[in-house]
Amino acid sequence: MDEAYIYVKPGNFKKACLYFHKKLNSPVVAMFACDERRKNKCFRIYCVFMGVKCKKWVFVTMDTAEGASEFESIARDIHSAGLSEREIKEMFGILPKGNPDLRSLRLHDEVWPEGFYPLRKDFNAPESLGVEKKEYVFNKVEGEGVFEVPVGPVHAGVIPPGHFRFSVAGEPIINLEARLGWTHKGVEKLFEGKDVNFGVKLSECVAGDSAFSNSNAFCHAVEKICKIDAPEKAMFLRAMFLELERMYNHLSGIGGIATDVGFSFPAMYASVMKETLLCLNEKLTGSRYLKGVNIIGGVSADLTLWKKKALLKALEAMEKDFRELKGMLYSSVSFMDRLDGTGVLKKKTAEDLGVLGLAARSSGIEKDLRKDFPGIYSKIKFNAAKEYSGDVMARLNVRVNEFEESVNLIKQFVDKIVPGSVISQDKIEFTGGIGLGYIEAWRGPLLYWVKLNSSGVIERCKIADPSFHNWEGLCYSVLGNIIPDFPVCNKSFDLSYSGNDL
Amino acid sequence: MIGILKNRIIKGVVTRPVKADPEIEKLGAELKGLMHKKFGRSFHIREVDTGSCNACESEIIAATNPIYDIQRFGISFVASPRHADCLLVTGPVSKNMRLALKKTYEAMPGPKFVISCGDCGLDGGIFKDSYYVENGVKNVLPVNAHIPGCPPNPVAIIKAILAFLKK
Repeated sequence: MDEAYIYVKPGNFKKACLYFHKKLNSPVVAMFACDERRKNKCFRIYCVFMGVKCKKWVFVTMDTAEGASEFESIARDIHSAGLSEREIKEMFGILPKGNPDLRSLRLHDEVWPEGFYPLRKDFNAPESLGVEKKEYVFNKVEGEGVFEVPVGPVHAGVIPPGHFRFSVAGEPIINLEARLGWTHKGVEKLFEGKDVNFGVKLSECVAGDSAFSNSNAFCHAVEKICKIDAPEKAMFLRAMFLELERMYNHLSGIGGIATDVGFSFPAMYASVMKETLLCLNEKLTGSRYLKGVNIIGGVSADLTLWKKKALLKALEAMEKDFRELKGMLYSSVSFMDRLDGTGVLKKKTAEDLGVLGLAARSSGIEKDLRKDFPGIYSKIKFNAAKEYSGDVMARLNVRVNEFEESVNLIKQFVDKIVPGSVISQDKIEFTGGIGLGYIEAWRGPLLYWVKLNSSGVIERCKIADPSFHNWEGLCYSVLGNIIPDFPVCNKSFDLSYSGNDL
Repeated sequence: MIGILKNRIIKGVVTRPVKADPEIEKLGAELKGLMHKKFGRSFHIREVDTGSCNACESEIIAATNPIYDIQRFGISFVASPRHADCLLVTGPVSKNMRLALKKTYEAMPGPKFVISCGDCGLDGGIFKDSYYVENGVKNVLPVNAHIPGCPPNPVAIIKAILAFLKK
């Protein structure tokens, strides 16, 4: 097993977290609570660290005292825990004592009455909404000539809702605060009390552009708990589809960066390539977004001979087109000039905020689950992308490199796939328990922590999308830049609203 | 620059006839005429996401790419509700977006239409009866048409919009 649970007394929680934070050189990758009042008369709090060297996920765990609903905050010492503690306070009503910021994240004050905590087991939805006349307080910058620019939640493009509050004096941004949660749908609550097959379906709707990663991580968690071994072929197929998902999203991101600086020809070129890949997905699996492919114990789509041929042919054409696209982008001096030095996220800032995945690799943090927790990736050759400058250019380079690496990976996977079953033949026997499913989705590490009871019903499902921490990274990276550069900075991070808001 | 021109010539026109239904080109041509009469040449859509998983947005954007090129039928997506004839709403309508959606609708000049897009826009879909959703667009705004699918593909979107215009 690659999970280590360390149970500590509430008094030692902070000390233990600090120890692992330093020892493993890991931010808090996820922190969440679980309502155990029915059985143990307490809330259980988990704080997760990633141990790259020891190949373990370390869960520092504590129980709140009986009848109490508070714990000592660690946010002043470990910044990356701050947002998670706000989330715990909002969803469970457990107070993180000492956290400097306790404003709501997703349950907006304007519509949600106080005292209702959705993830508690005894939660009943409030009868009337919208009576609260409270207002969210933004961080304020004061001084001569400082003014605020509010943007959103409804934006000009065909994009999801979010509110951005810029504080500026003249052109440069002094402070940016993102207020999210607009697309909150109560997904984590919806998982509770459902069977695992419904869970797979629901996980595909958490973030539409990473439907496959989400269901893959969920299946991974359930398979770990129930000790189901998916056949090796299924694992190769999953990895192959994961790379296909990465490819179409990277194309959409690369095109988006070009659009946002007004360079529309390559953007259109990329959108044609993306469409080709979506059509390829449909040909291989019947779904453009790879929905319905993952099932507990394996996958539902096999790679038949003609599909294999179609895939390899498409990849070859894709490689050629991508070289053209790269040529167009990198040979335009004004394009390069626009990206160079724009939206710099420093390594130290990224580490403190707990930024992960694509954005972290652009700032010199060499973490990639495909390398650190390889699983099936250990059977093939894989080179992780890395850049050091942390600007939009670096993030573009990482995406370009990862796209090319994905093509290589898929070719290697296809070679390894031999005829055989794509789904585990064992009868699924549900055993209660907890488990962490993880996958390096295209944005970064995506974690699903699942708790099942003995009849296979989901009791708690915590989703940790890399966007959750990376949004903060975006807010820091735009400081000192001008507002017209915000769209391109935003697109270079390419974060999920839906995956963050849940 | 020369590279771009070369590419432009080699690639040629990538716009495909929408293959799934050979009727659609005909339908498109017919509706273009219809739209000439009804909407003065063009039909402008404002898109609002009220909590979708973004797959619908991805497909709506795909409908405007050079392959499907929905603009050739006179349909375009605009940045402001003030310029729009129609509101295209995705998602089950989260409680947070309820007010924003209403305000967007009120900002549109009449006559105005609402089309809901995606299975969760109809009745909440997979998110139905969650504590934080309104179970579909119809519970907030009067809906004129619905595009089914999770997500509907670009052909389905184009077809549904054209069918709606024909009504």
